[in-house]
Amino acid sequence: MTEARPGFRVFLGRFRTDRAAVFGAVVAGLLVLLALLAPVLTALEGQDISSFHNDLVDSARGGVPIGPLGGMSGQHWLGVEPQTGRDLFARVAQGAQISLLVAVSATVVQVFLGVVVGLAAGLGSKLLDTVLTRLADIAIAFPVIIFSLALLTIVPDSVPRPLLLAVVIGVLGWGGTARIARGQTLSLRTRDFVAAARLSGAGGFRVARREILPGLAAPVITYAALLLPTNVITEAALSFLGVGVRPPTSSWGQMLSTATTWFRSDVMYVLIPAFMVFLTVLSFTLMGEGVRVALDPRTTRLTRKAG
Amino acid sequence: MLGYAVRRIGGAAAVLLIMSAVVYLLFYLMPANPAQLVCGIKTCTPDRLAVISHSLGLDEPLYLQYWHFLVGLVAGRDISMGPSTVHCAAPCLGYSFQYTEPVLQMILDRLPVSGSLVVGAAVLWLSFGIGIGVLSALRRGRWVDHTVNALVLGGLAVPIFITGLLALMVFCVYLQWIPFPTWVPLDQDPLLWAQNLILPWIVLALTTMPVYVRMSRAGMLETLAEDHIRTARAYGLPERQVIGRHALRGALSPLITLAALDVAAILTSSVLTESVFGLPGIGQLTVQAVRNVDLPVVVGLVLLIGFVIVVCNTIADLLYAAVDKRVSVS
Repeated sequence: MTEARPGFRVFLGRFRTDRAAVFGAVVAGLLVLLALLAPVLTALEGQDISSFHNDLVDSARGGVPIGPLGGMSGQHWLGVEPQTGRDLFARVAQGAQISLLVAVSATVVQVFLGVVVGLAAGLGSKLLDTVLTRLADIAIAFPVIIFSLALLTIVPDSVPRPLLLAVVIGVLGWGGTARIARGQTLSLRTRDFVAAARLSGAGGFRVARREILPGLAAPVITYAALLLPTNVITEAALSFLGVGVRPPTSSWGQMLSTATTWFRSDVMYVLIPAFMVFLTVLSFTLMGEGVRVALDPRTTRLTRKAG
Repeated sequence: MLGYAVRRIGGAAAVLLIMSAVVYLLFYLMPANPAQLVCGIKTCTPDRLAVISHSLGLDEPLYLQYWHFLVGLVAGRDISMGPSTVHCAAPCLGYSFQYTEPVLQMILDRLPVSGSLVVGAAVLWLSFGIGIGVLSALRRGRWVDHTVNALVLGGLAVPIFITGLLALMVFCVYLQWIPFPTWVPLDQDPLLWAQNLILPWIVLALTTMPVYVRMSRAGMLETLAEDHIRTARAYGLPERQVIGRHALRGALSPLITLAALDVAAILTSSVLTESVFGLPGIGQLTVQAVRNVDLPVVVGLVLLIGFVIVVCNTIADLLYAAVDKRVSVS
């Protein structure tokens, strides 16, 4: 990706003029850094993720953190968790890891399945096209969160949860990408360069990979950029409902569901994970909209909401 | 149009049949021991496990099990409970051994809660969503429009469980304007019913609204640019009449199909709203069934939700074809 092709340079130039998109990209980049460097930053803070600090919570008041703003201090940058006194910054940073890991992997699964199905529908027989398009319509109409919720009941606990979440969200949410990939394939297959490739003896697989696939990049990347924040919401929602990652691993959704008991006594414990989810979704959405406008200024807005 | 409708409904029926098979096979084939999941993890005794194994017909081949399930859907079935049998009337979605109740009955019991939530919120998001969208289109490029656009983008970035939690915290804990929502049936005390639901209604409406604002704004802008509006203005009709009588109709017809296609998003949002506010509706039933690993309830709910979505999509397609004749011709 290092070679600056003219197309890429035009894209960068357009993207840079969009202030909201640049803001989104910077914040998203910082969040990715937070996730990647979570253990380093926690070590820098001088804390670890699992130590209980009984001296930092007020056991007489049910375990509320001692000190203002949930016990924020130089030692504990975001304060401590109520009841256990575990360091909140470490847990929030791990939440960033889980959130981004699940959302990005789910997006990869969605894009992969969607592109494969879209190519097959666009290049295959009429019957195959009808069946796959119908399937995609159904997949789009179905509520991913509710079906993930149901599917997660029958999966044994031995499967690692982040991986499982990514696969379930990905396998249920490929419909939109498939629809876009199919549409683009249909418009590309009648073009002269595809006919030329066919005439020179290229088979279906070769045509799909060498001629069509590069043409799918722009619309699929655009769509994927907007899928990512939706997947962040889905992961947070599933963790909030209690079927996401299991303790002791922490996630923002899980914090929010325990936070309901601490409404009155520890506001920061509610506000911090809520703000993190908001910031992540907003920054990736702004960036995605910027990518969309920069790649194709004519298309209409595609964002849909998950939960 | 009739031919199109018949084909479309036939297609929907086929989809439903395939879906029921896939769901049944997935949920009863994948787990190592489905009887254990039907029986529940916490409440199960070995005796009951044996009864359930027999009652589910797990010794039978899978296609026969599915066949019995289908027969139960159409004609009802008897479910063996060891010494006694229970009749599960048609349409039998399954029987919860944990609650010793037919799944359909459990869902019907909770329907008023979810119904109250969604209908009340729908009134809010339709009226405010369309109103704000139209207003924003009429004030295009002015500060109202810019504010609305920014709020819509922000609104899309806040998941419903966060809006709900913050609303609870602000209005019930800090300001104490209203008590924590509890469920009061409408026929018991209409005033308390509304008072308890007002916060869930607003939260659900706020989350669903942005899409409607965008759609009605875009529809209005598109319609305002059309020839018949220019003609109406050229005839000197008052602006109020141009907007109210002519533009609004064209702008809002796409919303009919959006509303029908939006069922999935609304179902998801109401599941989350119910768990934030602790309302004992279908969403809470789903979450409880998943937590207790109550397989028949989960399967029944999945099938019912799938049914509702396929039916709504079919209706949306038919409505769309009725509005736009080109669809059914091709």
